[in-house]
Amino acid sequence: MGSLRLVSTATLRRTPLYDLHAAAGARLVPFAGWEMPVSYDGIREEHTAVRTHAGMFDVSHMGQVETEGPEAAAFLQRVLSNDVSKLEVGGAQYSCLCNEQGGVVDDLFTYRLAPDHYLTVTNSSNHTEDLRWMARWVHDYDCVLRDVADRFAMIAVQGPNARRIVASALRLQLPPRMRVTPAVIAGGPGIICGTGYTGEDGVELMLDPGRAPDVWSALGDAGVVPCGLGARDTLRLEVCFHLHGQDLSIDRNPIEAGLGWCCKEDTGFVGSEAIAEVRAEGPAEKLVPFTVEGRGIPRQGNLILAADEAAGVVTSGTFSPSLQVGIGMGYVRADLTEPGTEFEIDVRGTRRSARVGSKPLYRKES
Amino acid sequence: MAEANYPDELRYHAEHDWARIDGDVATFGITWYAQDTLGEVVFYDPPEVGSEVRKDSSYAEVESVKAVSDVISPMSGEIVEVNEALSDAPEKINEDPYGDGWLVKVRLSDPGEADTLMDATAYQHLLDQSS
Repeated sequence: MGSLRLVSTATLRRTPLYDLHAAAGARLVPFAGWEMPVSYDGIREEHTAVRTHAGMFDVSHMGQVETEGPEAAAFLQRVLSNDVSKLEVGGAQYSCLCNEQGGVVDDLFTYRLAPDHYLTVTNSSNHTEDLRWMARWVHDYDCVLRDVADRFAMIAVQGPNARRIVASALRLQLPPRMRVTPAVIAGGPGIICGTGYTGEDGVELMLDPGRAPDVWSALGDAGVVPCGLGARDTLRLEVCFHLHGQDLSIDRNPIEAGLGWCCKEDTGFVGSEAIAEVRAEGPAEKLVPFTVEGRGIPRQGNLILAADEAAGVVTSGTFSPSLQVGIGMGYVRADLTEPGTEFEIDVRGTRRSARVGSKPLYRKES
Repeated sequence: MAEANYPDELRYHAEHDWARIDGDVATFGITWYAQDTLGEVVFYDPPEVGSEVRKDSSYAEVESVKAVSDVISPMSGEIVEVNEALSDAPEKINEDPYGDGWLVKVRLSDPGEADTLMDATAYQHLLDQSS
């Protein structure tokens, strides 16, 4: 068996939960400069636990940026694509951080903790660049931008039973979906967010790193299944959530990525002019979700073909544990984006038929 | 299978493949370590009967949810039988890597290549060194 690669782990950062992951026998891999668990007992079991019960993810590698001051809202309105004036105290909002060309520097959730106090969660691999880019615009505004990534560990608890178990095991009052509330978690300062990255109900806890191991253990004792980044990826792809670095990049704009809904060009955010232009003219390519017909698993970088001609590229691909087929997302020519459209994917030399789906690819039976 | 296991009657290749040699025909598969490292196998397309395999070269791929891995041939020859059952039940590679999870049977072109492979003790020594 080839292509098993050993990577030096000497320079990787570890989260406060690292020792618990190692003791549980998790498979640890380098991810965005961190040594993170990719799975514990198997991606499929973990995936199913989140879809049917409750799973927890160590997402302490994600970054946090705090914006505070009388003009914090005006500043965020300038750099974030969504309409920040619509974000109420206790609310959560998804948006893109764009460059002047409309390229996506990162995609982020911002929470309004108090009238002049916001917290934005960054993707770990973009955290430094996000800060650098935001800092470039902040000097025009009466507010402070702080890197508070080291202040928080972060645990996402997701699944139909997640809220019930978190509320009872940690004795917490949880905010509704898409809301946020400050809270004392295990005796320390924390924040509870009614958000996630799996398509299931649940919460994300930001808490004191020193108290994170106790919280993780308490949730485990209450029956929450530890899950790794592998299941996080299959869960998010089934519901077509973007992963920056694959489905989003500075070379792609939010319109072609299907994120026009979180871009409010009227607000005049950085990149809004370029994005308004793409919206008016229509993008040449668009990101579409697709399902493979029959056998084969599409992977990032596979070529998409229509009538034997190159017509796009796969940006995310995996085996869907819920649907039991290969699924993915990719950028294709604008004339190939209608749900039901068929194209082929070159999976390492074998052509596989695929069909454009609609978002989300996986829907909960109701 | 849950526990690491390396049968004495097999010969091992450093890329984590095994051969069960019976005269001039051998059965190939991947080792317990290989399937454990890869995780649950969700896809395997058997190669074609009649095709040639060359020692140290890839002759198939196994895929888990997250990863694709080449399968390296421990010896050279011509494929005379493939395990078709794995198309519908690739998880057998995890459940029984030395039994129902076998991949191909090969008529060996040079049975002497067996001398280049490791016995179970040497292979486990290699694993101990790399972990």
